[in-house]
Amino acid sequence: MAVETHIEVTDLRLAYGHREVIHGISFDVRRGEIFGIIGPAQSAKTSLLRCLNRTIDFTPDTHVSGSIKIDGQDVRKTGSVYALRRKIGMVAPLPVGLPLTIYDNVAFAPRCAGLTRRSALAPIVERCLRQAALWDEVKDRLNSLGTRLSGGQQQRLTIARALSHQPEVLCLDEFSIAIDPVTTMRIEDVLKELRREMTIILVTNLTQQARRLADRTMFLWNGDIVEIGTTDVIFGDRPKDRRTYDYVQGIFG
Amino acid sequence: MTDAPENNFTATPLIRKRLRQETMAKWIFFGMAAAMVVPLLLIIGYLAVRAAPSLSLEFILDVPRRGMTAGGIWPALVGTIYLVFLSLAVSAPIGILAAIYLNEYARDNWFNRVINLAVLNLAGVPSIVHALFGLGAFVYAARFGYSIISAALTLAIMTLPVIIASTREALASVPPSFREACWNVGATRWQAIRAVVLPNAISGILTGVILQVSRAAGETAPIMFTGAVFFKAVERGDLFPYYLDEQCMALSMHLYTLSTQVPGVMESIPYATAIVLLGSVLLVNAMAISLRVYLRTRKKW
Repeated sequence: MAVETHIEVTDLRLAYGHREVIHGISFDVRRGEIFGIIGPAQSAKTSLLRCLNRTIDFTPDTHVSGSIKIDGQDVRKTGSVYALRRKIGMVAPLPVGLPLTIYDNVAFAPRCAGLTRRSALAPIVERCLRQAALWDEVKDRLNSLGTRLSGGQQQRLTIARALSHQPEVLCLDEFSIAIDPVTTMRIEDVLKELRREMTIILVTNLTQQARRLADRTMFLWNGDIVEIGTTDVIFGDRPKDRRTYDYVQGIFG
Repeated sequence: MTDAPENNFTATPLIRKRLRQETMAKWIFFGMAAAMVVPLLLIIGYLAVRAAPSLSLEFILDVPRRGMTAGGIWPALVGTIYLVFLSLAVSAPIGILAAIYLNEYARDNWFNRVINLAVLNLAGVPSIVHALFGLGAFVYAARFGYSIISAALTLAIMTLPVIIASTREALASVPPSFREACWNVGATRWQAIRAVVLPNAISGILTGVILQVSRAAGETAPIMFTGAVFFKAVERGDLFPYYLDEQCMALSMHLYTLSTQVPGVMESIPYATAIVLLGSVLLVNAMAISLRVYLRTRKKW
């Protein structure tokens, strides 16, 4: 696969009020790769994702500078922020089953985009639930509530919802903290399938998860990039930065 | 169990002391909670006993007779219903929409802080001040005169801040993660509000509105200055006895009049009036509670 830049972040700074949390970071994400982001708490991983789809706008008193370009287009100068968000699928750490039926959970985004015909919605719902490896478990009860599913199922429902608007980028923010290892593995398999169709940004606390999935991994620490490298370098014996080695090996001081 | 060689699970004096405190605390709290019920039962019981000679369906349907010293309370009951429904028809939409703005859209800037402050202060204004405001604003300035409209609008202003507060409470109880999930897939704020926030807040919103019925029905001062009248001749059992630009009778006002202004009233009539006022308010509250229970069973998380 030809190496093609999909997302280009240049000198991104983010401040909440007077407190700067991202200190001018620059990196590229290539089309079709799984890009891992690791780092301890407070390293601004989630804030970074929120800059990407501009849900940061909903937080008052934030200041963003620098640029984030998706397909060469700056997300902060985009014509419609809603069109931008539909290009990005976002999966939150804790599963959020909206208090709607399973069907409506997945059909929500297409409906918001103006698609209302049932004949058009039903195939989308089925495709997304299949992609999220949930279809077989819920196909007989699409009209029961999404919130009644188990945690792992709800997280896959969240992924199905994130896929329902056919995003080009899928961002997962520590998707596995609330679910068991077996379900995690199933979702990881799902991601391996999905990467053929989209770029995946995987924020994770589990360094081993990044090692299993990511093509390249970025180590963020306190809003700075410590190191970006291919998985075998970051998780190998000789990453460029000592801190990366310590963090990955679990001897971070 | 003394012959057990070694029991690791015996209560130490410290544990026993804590247990005694625990029991004491529980009973004190229970006592306070139970004490709440006593005044209500005493009030209702006392009223019911004193009102018994007059209480009948006839009392509700009949008009006051012989200079209000006998007869029923129909015009006052209908007047109260008029006032309550009109005032809530005005204040509920305004209050709910304002609360949606304040809770879902408003940023934390000086203008919205001023709005918040205004709402809080409006809630703290005594009803007699509302009455004077209604008199100046609606009766004179807006030239509605002493009328049902003036009184209802005054009551609406009085209930508005509480409706705003309770609606905001209900909206704030919907987890923010639901909104974010909607925004993440490209929904606008309004799409998120309509699809997820409102359906889950509606029971709380309605409860807040309906509870204002009792306030609107019970207040005397605001309507006394703006649209309620001592006596108005009305047909017995007439459902639509008033025009909106006329003055009307009201239960709370009627009760005040009977108790203080009219000599020689049959003793049980004021009590029966109070019972009807209390009963209709409790009826509405009961409706609010059952509506809430019904909507809660449909709540989805």
